[in-house]
Amino acid sequence: GCFVFKPSPKKRRVSQKTANDFGARNNDSEDAELRFATCQSLWNQIKSETEQIQEDLNKQLFDNLVSFLRQSHSEFQEKTTEWTCRMKSREIPTAALVLGVNVTDHDLTFRSLSEVLQNNITPYIALLEAKDCPGIKNLMQKLMGQLMDCYIEVDSLEDEDCVQVSQKRIRCSMTSLINWYEDVTKKTDSKTPSKKRTSSSRHWQSPPVIVIFKDMESFITKVLQDFIVISSQHIRELPLVLIFGIATSPMIIHSLLPHSVSSLLCIELFQSLSCKEHLSTVIEKLLLTAQFPFKLGEKVLQVLINVFLYHDFSVQNFIKGFQLCIVEHFYSQPLSVLCCQLVDAKKRVNSLSHNQCENIRRLPSFRRYVEGQASQKQISLLTEDNFLKEIIQKLLEDLHVYHENYISVLRCLHVFTSSLPKYPLGKQIRELYCACLENRVWETEEYESSLQLARMLNKSDLVTMLQQCVEIFVSSSGKEFDKTVEKLKEFLTQFQKLEAEAFQEQDVSLSPQKDLQKKTDLYHLQKTLLELKESRRSKKLTKFEKLRFEVVDYIDSLVRNYLVPADNKTLHEIVYFNTASVLRGHLNAAPRIALHTALNNPYCYLKNQALKSDGGSISNKAPDICIVYKLHLECGRLINLVDWLEAFSTVVMAVEGPNADAASSDQVDDIIHARFIRAVSELELLGFIKPSKQKTDHVARLTWGGC
Amino acid sequence: MSQPEGRGGGALEVKFVPDEEVLKHIADDAGIKVRKDKAQLTVSVKRFVKKLENISDNEAQEILEEKNYVAALGICAQDPVENGSSVSGSEVYSFQTPKRSSKMAELASELAQTPGQSVAPDHSECPEKTAKTPQSSSKYMFILLMHVFSLLLQSKKKEFVSTTPYRLRKRLAAPDPYLESESEYSASCSEEEDEEDRKEVSTVISGQKTPAKTKAAPTPPPRNTVAKKTKEDKMSNLVEEYFEAHSSSKVLTSDRTLQKLRKRRLNQQTLHDLLKKAPLAYAAEIKDLNQQHESLFSKWLLQLHLGFNIVLYGLGSKRDLLEKFRTSLLQGSVHLVVNGYFPSITVRSILNSITEEVLDHIGTFRSPLDQLEFIIKRFKEDSSLELYVLIHNLDSQMLRGERSQQILAQLSSLPSIYLIASIDHINAPLMWDQAKLSLYNWLWYETTTFSPYVEETSYENSLLVQQSGSLALSSLTHVLRSLTLNARGIFRLLAQYQLENKDNPSYPGLSFQDFYQQCREAFLVNSDLTLRAQLTEFRDHKLIRTKRGADGVEYLLIPVDDSTLTDFLEKEDEDV
Repeated sequence: GCFVFKPSPKKRRVSQKTANDFGARNNDSEDAELRFATCQSLWNQIKSETEQIQEDLNKQLFDNLVSFLRQSHSEFQEKTTEWTCRMKSREIPTAALVLGVNVTDHDLTFRSLSEVLQNNITPYIALLEAKDCPGIKNLMQKLMGQLMDCYIEVDSLEDEDCVQVSQKRIRCSMTSLINWYEDVTKKTDSKTPSKKRTSSSRHWQSPPVIVIFKDMESFITKVLQDFIVISSQHIRELPLVLIFGIATSPMIIHSLLPHSVSSLLCIELFQSLSCKEHLSTVIEKLLLTAQFPFKLGEKVLQVLINVFLYHDFSVQNFIKGFQLCIVEHFYSQPLSVLCCQLVDAKKRVNSLSHNQCENIRRLPSFRRYVEGQASQKQISLLTEDNFLKEIIQKLLEDLHVYHENYISVLRCLHVFTSSLPKYPLGKQIRELYCACLENRVWETEEYESSLQLARMLNKSDLVTMLQQCVEIFVSSSGKEFDKTVEKLKEFLTQFQKLEAEAFQEQDVSLSPQKDLQKKTDLYHLQKTLLELKESRRSKKLTKFEKLRFEVVDYIDSLVRNYLVPADNKTLHEIVYFNTASVLRGHLNAAPRIALHTALNNPYCYLKNQALKSDGGSISNKAPDICIVYKLHLECGRLINLVDWLEAFSTVVMAVEGPNADAASSDQVDDIIHARFIRAVSELELLGFIKPSKQKTDHVARLTWGGC
Repeated sequence: MSQPEGRGGGALEVKFVPDEEVLKHIADDAGIKVRKDKAQLTVSVKRFVKKLENISDNEAQEILEEKNYVAALGICAQDPVENGSSVSGSEVYSFQTPKRSSKMAELASELAQTPGQSVAPDHSECPEKTAKTPQSSSKYMFILLMHVFSLLLQSKKKEFVSTTPYRLRKRLAAPDPYLESESEYSASCSEEEDEEDRKEVSTVISGQKTPAKTKAAPTPPPRNTVAKKTKEDKMSNLVEEYFEAHSSSKVLTSDRTLQKLRKRRLNQQTLHDLLKKAPLAYAAEIKDLNQQHESLFSKWLLQLHLGFNIVLYGLGSKRDLLEKFRTSLLQGSVHLVVNGYFPSITVRSILNSITEEVLDHIGTFRSPLDQLEFIIKRFKEDSSLELYVLIHNLDSQMLRGERSQQILAQLSSLPSIYLIASIDHINAPLMWDQAKLSLYNWLWYETTTFSPYVEETSYENSLLVQQSGSLALSSLTHVLRSLTLNARGIFRLLAQYQLENKDNPSYPGLSFQDFYQQCREAFLVNSDLTLRAQLTEFRDHKLIRTKRGADGVEYLLIPVDDSTLTDFLEKEDEDV
């Protein structure tokens, strides 16, 4: 069933063709190569950025781990003569690493972890996965193989071949492992004065051996227990450290291992950052920044976030989806050539071809822009390429400025909304971002209610928020915010003034309260309360309240100014990727639904009028498989093939009509029979039915409902 | 019908669509209405969710997201979805419910009656409308809600369905008399042959809930009065129906067999020839579809190069499409084609062809894992090495195993191996867990082609219909020919005895003692030891099967169907 096709060597293509594929589709291969290059460079930038993020986020965790590992065998290091008597207990130092359910991301974490450890602690690291270790023997084999591999890496110059030979034959047991370890450490010891000094200076003389169980939950408990028990016997000779990768909760260690085994471990718990936080950082760094010119549309972002939240919690997949967006955008939008840094974009505008100019003129947002211009300008925009290019440069700049401002104001708004009770606009900034991208946020109900809530904030909260906002605006790259900062600072000083005033007032207001405490009789209490109420109602807003209103109104005005949805911006098509359906189709496909639609409603795919039908029923001219499928829906668990065939031929004969005369009926019958057989075996291939032995000439049905 | 408040917490409220509206849908004919109705249901779900929000602050966050998700999905459905694949999840495949046995015949006759142009002009806007309703949303709702609503939807649908024939009949003012009578005949014919008791059972089952399709058309007004009652009934009915469908081990199908039909069985070759004669329906449309997919070829190649792998799904054979992709774009590069549907394909053979033919490695490996490691190492060392792997039917019987998929996934995760595969089985995506999915790094492409699965099904000789038996027959003769004359005689005896008893459904086989007696009489064996030795040989060749009866006696059977056995005996007679 396997066939290999090899081209003749001279015909072999050079692998630079990827760029060609880019433009190879329809005729608008405008700037395909440039587009591809832009796409690649952007993606590489983003990729390195995400890696950086990951590294930063894991730094804390890794630091803790490293210090733990350093401590774990400190006795082993100090005095080689004494440690044997000191290490009376046989506990294996163990780090339990709780990583969360997003198993697919763990690989990357472990890879960087082993890198970090290799650089800081020890060259002897073995990464074990459950699928490689069905038994203790395999586990030992794998372990030794990996450890000896690192050994080779350490001094690959000399005895490489001899080790490799022995690696196959060596008996995989703990003793051989210990022998190996002694060998290695001795060798490094002896070598230390000479050349080895430099490389091993990072490690100690007898570095610990670290065994990482990537997915602890899926290991067979027996194997794990055996390994722990065996190695605890040898902990004196071999400074072993275990690291468990845990996806669920640390409790799992105790449910997997009986007490007798878990007591051999000295477990310390490490918690990695949750994937949700990771995602927010990624979004913050990739999307909420003017650094990258490429932007996601609201629906697209929503799809990506939903896939994350409802399917896998995998940041890796999110980034993959992001990559797909980039590729799709640059592939499908010829104008995406302008989706790069502003400086480059301006240059590229000048070298746009006439076709590309036409493409720009066809953009809906640009058309809207043109319609808003004076008639003279309209004409020159539509006819003169050079004039158009000038305008485009200006518009691109506008767009850039818009983004810079947008992000700062968004963050500022988030400062306010994220602390409101019940989070009407969402707790995370991504939710707020989605809401703002979708439509005018100030027209939504949620915004209205959050403003109302903001008008009830207390002073200290308000002040801290304002301070945060000032910081955001000061650090932002937007140039228009000098005034805003000034205004906000003014608010702050006013608040301070109020505070001072309030201080004085407090003394005054304190006295009636004292009165209240003295008088205990009910009548007077009621009276004073009534008075208080009266006065409050009649009293106008306090200064503080007025100021609060002003602040909120000011924020509101900022929002209305700067958070205009991108759809309203001219040329937004160049930088925004908006076709969510494509993305959904590729990442979150529903094969069953496609099959269901094809079988129930072939008209969706085959645009033939004869197939058109209403609602539930299907035309009898549908393809055979649809008819057979439809008929089988009417059956129970078992289907009689004879009945089925008969029903099928009834339908098919009716289509062929009365003109099929009796003479040829035998012939026709055979063909129908054959068609029936084909359709039924196709259904079997698709998994709707299977042959059944329960009754002769019956098949069993495998799906239900959906009729 | 607005249903009970306070299921669990007092704040919860489930709001349903009022009776009148449902009734309107029942009376009205268009399916659109029902769909709209469903949209309303999702709206009420949203309301439901909003209510929940008040319950606790902690949950509020999640629920809000949930709501957003529902909304987003609704929006997505409004997008120009390709080929309108917006079907709600609960609609697709759900629980088993009991069916009446004669329903298939009824549907057949009904379909036969449907005039070719069944479209009334006022339905022309139907597809657009359905595309707009946010149906797919309910797919992701949490389970409780989904359950409740799917129950509701189903019951609603049932009512809708049950009125279908009425509508059809009404529209069919004057159907062709010949047509009518013929189909009527076939329907009644199939009923005639049903046994009485079965019919009885089926009417008991269908009694309350199916308003007699064959009888007079149901009239709306009475329904109005009892609507509430029937609704309540429906809910409990559904539960009952479920258990009914699963409890009864009795199978309610007719006992007719293909043999009684006197239809000669078709073998693979004649089947193929016959199908060639039958014209492929909708060839032009299918061609259009294929062209649509072909326009994506260069995109596929690009995405493969960028580290994605591509999986194709959808109804219809994707073999030709992939072939075309191969011939048009991969001619200049090394590629491997794997026919997954091939019954004897294994991962091992795939790995072997990579190591032996692509990497020109001579030597064997202890295990597939070793082999995989070797391949990975080679590909990592030599970055100029590139390989395209095309797998037809990645979900075939032989490749769908956990270990095979793991190996293939690991292969595909190599940056210089480009995998493009097709899947067909409805449960194919269940093969992959998150880990495998991330290794595969799939991009899904819907490529519904509607082309027949010619190659893919040609190996599937398991199906009862075609069962050519030629394979079994030839193997029988081959094995027998290598045996002694006596041994052949022994086998003949058994075969003849089995054929004599072929009409006895409870034929247990020939007991060893009787068989020994017969063989002695025919001078074929002289002791039961010789017979036993002979039988062991038969058993080793899988020519016979032994079974121990209730009384402890050993029974012998030839596990070949009767027609093949008859053919075999005839052939033997000719030879002798």
